[in-house]
Amino acid sequence: MDKAVNVRDIIKKNIKSKKNVTEKIMPKVFLLSASISILTTVGIVMTLIFDSYRFFSKVPLREVFSTRLAPLNANPSFGILPLINGTILTSLIAMCVAIPVGLTAAMYLSEFASEKRRKTLKPIMEVLAGIPTIVYGFFAYSFVTPLLMRIIPSLGAKNALSPGIVMGIMIIPMVASLSEDAMSSVPNSMREGAFALGATKLEVTFKVVIPAAISGIVASFVLAISRAIGETMIVTIGSGSSKNFTFDITESMQTMTAYIVEFTSGDAGIGTTGYYSLYAVGLILFLFTLVMNLIAQYISHKYREEY
Amino acid sequence: MLTNGGNMQSKVVYSVENLNLWYGNDQALRDINLKIEKNEVTAIIGPSGCGKSTFIKTLNRMVDNIPIVRTSGKIFYHGTDIFDKSVRLEELRTTVGMVFQKPNPFPKSIFENVVYGPKIHGIRNKKQLMQIAEESLKSAALWDEVKDRLNDNAYGLSGGQQQRLCIARSLAIQPDVLLMDEPTSALDPIATNKIEELIDELKNNYTIAIVTHSMQQAARISDKTAFFLMGELIEFGDTKKIFTTPEDKRTEDYITGRFG
Repeated sequence: MDKAVNVRDIIKKNIKSKKNVTEKIMPKVFLLSASISILTTVGIVMTLIFDSYRFFSKVPLREVFSTRLAPLNANPSFGILPLINGTILTSLIAMCVAIPVGLTAAMYLSEFASEKRRKTLKPIMEVLAGIPTIVYGFFAYSFVTPLLMRIIPSLGAKNALSPGIVMGIMIIPMVASLSEDAMSSVPNSMREGAFALGATKLEVTFKVVIPAAISGIVASFVLAISRAIGETMIVTIGSGSSKNFTFDITESMQTMTAYIVEFTSGDAGIGTTGYYSLYAVGLILFLFTLVMNLIAQYISHKYREEY
Repeated sequence: MLTNGGNMQSKVVYSVENLNLWYGNDQALRDINLKIEKNEVTAIIGPSGCGKSTFIKTLNRMVDNIPIVRTSGKIFYHGTDIFDKSVRLEELRTTVGMVFQKPNPFPKSIFENVVYGPKIHGIRNKKQLMQIAEESLKSAALWDEVKDRLNDNAYGLSGGQQQRLCIARSLAIQPDVLLMDEPTSALDPIATNKIEELIDELKNNYTIAIVTHSMQQAARISDKTAFFLMGELIEFGDTKKIFTTPEDKRTEDYITGRFG
């Protein structure tokens, strides 16, 4: 019996034209692509380390870890503590906003919202993540700060509070979306097990779903913190460039990132100590996020509930 | 169709009357009437998709978790209609335990799994919890195997052990009824055998309704058998009678393996 299409013949013909060479070359191309990001990272870290070394060889460590930052002074001083302080404070404020709001939003989306509502709400929320940070910065400066001034009259036009809050708003979608992913991937059979024991919806959420998803939730927090630490435009615009070492969040303070912006857009001559200080700040910033990620890995590994 | 209806009213735990259930527009249960009696094992058999799992999940209203489900009719549990507005779902489920098709322990230690129920219902005392854990694990015939590793993760146990852990977890809140939805379908024959022995033991203290795919299992362990087909209860009665002299032709066909 004749078949309409003789598949065997076609296969026989085509199998020879499949080049072994392509099979061998393509994996190498893939490897190359994978290497690009690794090589770039290595390159950047090397640059940071070498140029930071020049900075640290000129400036004694005692000065680096002092609270006096006056790079353009006739008698310059390069204390980094005001910058670290500014970075940590603004990030802390951001987390105070992002963690509670993001996590509860994730709980709503994953456990309480109907399928239909989740499908409309999640993309809308993720739009927040697509807004350019410069817009957020402008929003902090021209909207949130004036609003806060009504509550706190002594608030400066540039302050740490307002950009901190706005950064928090910016990373809510990140926390919510990643935590929601982690919570939704908890198998339904586990929820059923708890419901069958007479647990309420809240008990199931808090005592089964969140513990089971904790590694993903913590990972989302830490990624959000990293994002806040590295965030630049919002704090540059909203928090200003005061280099004071202060814990008063109503005052202007500078973050590490804002310092780099100020110097690269100003006129720090190549080869000056001020110029190399940029690399030192960059290196410290890098170490911050690196440590953060290591902590995240440790925590999520330790508290992981395997299922 | 109903055997010993009414004559020993006090023994009746569940009395299902004219129960209908729909998933959206698809009717999954049609006019079900049956009684489940105290300290008996009631097996629910039938081919896939006949509504037997849906039925058992209606008894503790687990079907409520599916938004598109609608029901009509009444299910009296010790004389109270469980669909009545005054019935608190959570309370009902504490007296009607459930064991699922696939073992579903929580990703916690063996101990934490067993005491999860008592804990959420307000028992904090460590000593009491330990007592409850020991008792429940003994009742589930698991104690000897796990007593030295109560703090290990439950997922380190074998499938059969996990299922017995889930039974222990249900027993820990001292229910009155145990619903089992194909509890051995994911287990090997040895583990299945252990669960069956356990069910035989448990029926002294609990009323058990078990959905099963295996007719042999139903014949081995149950006192009453209900045969479901396409959402209808075809025949219900003493297991012995159902398996030897079924009244309905369809029951006979199913039991002799002519379909399903």
